[in-house]
Amino acid sequence: MTAQSATPTAASANGARVFRRRMANLAFQVFCIAVTGVALLALAGILWSLLSQGVGGLNLDVFTKSTPAPGSVGGLANAIVGSILMCLLAMVIANVVGVLAGTWLAEYAGKSRYGSVVRFLNDVLLSAPSILVGLFVYTLLVAPFKGFSGLAGSVALALLAVPVITRTTEDTLSLQPATLREAGVALGAPLSFIVQTVLWRSAQSGMLTGGLLAFARISGETAPLLFTALNNQFFSLDLRHPTANLPVVIFQFALSAYDDWRRLAWAGALLIAAAVLGVTLLARAIAKEPRRS
Amino acid sequence: MNTMKAENLDVSIAPIQADQVKIAVKNLDFFYDKTRTLKSVSASFARNRVTALIGPSGCGKSTLLRTLNRMYALYPGQRAEGEILMDGENILHPRMDLARLRSRIGMVFQKPTPFPMSVYDNVAFGVRLYEKLSSADMDVRVEEALRKAALWDEVKDKLKGSGLGLSGGQQQRLCVARGVAVRPEVLLLDEPTSALDPISSARLEETVSQLKADHTIVIVTHNLGQAARISDYTGFMYLGELVEYGPTDQVFTRPATPRTSDYITGRFG
Repeated sequence: MTAQSATPTAASANGARVFRRRMANLAFQVFCIAVTGVALLALAGILWSLLSQGVGGLNLDVFTKSTPAPGSVGGLANAIVGSILMCLLAMVIANVVGVLAGTWLAEYAGKSRYGSVVRFLNDVLLSAPSILVGLFVYTLLVAPFKGFSGLAGSVALALLAVPVITRTTEDTLSLQPATLREAGVALGAPLSFIVQTVLWRSAQSGMLTGGLLAFARISGETAPLLFTALNNQFFSLDLRHPTANLPVVIFQFALSAYDDWRRLAWAGALLIAAAVLGVTLLARAIAKEPRRS
Repeated sequence: MNTMKAENLDVSIAPIQADQVKIAVKNLDFFYDKTRTLKSVSASFARNRVTALIGPSGCGKSTLLRTLNRMYALYPGQRAEGEILMDGENILHPRMDLARLRSRIGMVFQKPTPFPMSVYDNVAFGVRLYEKLSSADMDVRVEEALRKAALWDEVKDKLKGSGLGLSGGQQQRLCVARGVAVRPEVLLLDEPTSALDPISSARLEETVSQLKADHTIVIVTHNLGQAARISDYTGFMYLGELVEYGPTDQVFTRPATPRTSDYITGRFG
């Protein structure tokens, strides 16, 4: 196996191997680039159809008027406001539960059995189909009260956001150096106080990023809202009743036979995509932000 | 290879008079789960003196230090047996109020650990836990602590700036200031200069020498020169035992055991 390139035959054999390796390398590179191209093309196609068909539907009425009957002038104001309200309430609920659960997992649970079970269940919840979450909240908060409501919608969205926030909170807290914790404890502070005053602050950019990603995830969810918030033709700030929201409006209008409804569906889809893009960019900016000095 | 069993060695307890003893460690054993990492350690730490703990990596110096403020209690599976008397009170007692104990014993770590807040708030952090001071009194206390840590002149114009914005050496002295601000009786220093450049190290050593006027200081160090320069007493540890303990000049010039002599002359470790 110790072929020296001194003899001419060995040299040419080596040359063949080198050539083959170069070809394999090239083929692999071309394959990777091609596959990436396919994925990017699909993405570009989606964005292009969103932009080309959505921009046409955008006008001031979209933001000021509520969803119309077919053929009359209208907009998406009720759905936009409903979506914002439900997402905000969901994020409040999910942040309280998720941050506390993640903190417990990172700081107190350790390798305990209960901790492992909670961690495992959280991972399961992380990939639970959203339609199941919708059905769950339907049996819990819609059927017993005999009515769809924005509150039920918020709870369903919160259930989807909680595992994301729990996970990112645990991960970012675990990344904080152990000596930071010890330094606080060494001053005579209880661990709970150190968590709130030092560790959360130290981990804040990671935790904020997690929150924004969770927000990006729930802002486009349709399935859980079909069973909970349903929809509402009229403008309303009262979450105790069925509440209009962009994803369900898009779902209904896009499948309809009316051109003006379909234009509004495109406009709504564009709005959600823009919102998610904005939130993602914000999350990246925050994650990159250097420590203030 | 020197195979001499450490338990055969005569552990000389330093000639510290009873009324000079701040902390007395008696027959201390320490366990990480089932592994015994401290073996029947006995030592006395003298009031207002600097005691250095030296020895090769993994010999138990830091473990001994971390029993003195029961830092190990944060981690399940770690436990200490024996007695550690501080002013006659056994700090290993299960009913010991750990937060109160740690407010009496400050600690500075190997790597600087400034909190993500302003320089001022870093120093005031521990004080606010146990004392309610007017803002004028707090200003005085913060300045006093920063002066003690030899940091005041460098940060007096940026007290509101983040503690994370300071250099490594400044951050470490900030941690010293944070520790002394609560006026602890004892200061534990765990290799405080190992992450610092030589100039910052020298400044910190100066600080430590001045701090002993008000505090009992125990310092773990890998730097033998440092131990010789700043400590009054030195303990040499090896494989979880305190092999030799005595006045620093005696340990460095006339060590009682060959193991100590080998270590300080650089033959192992």
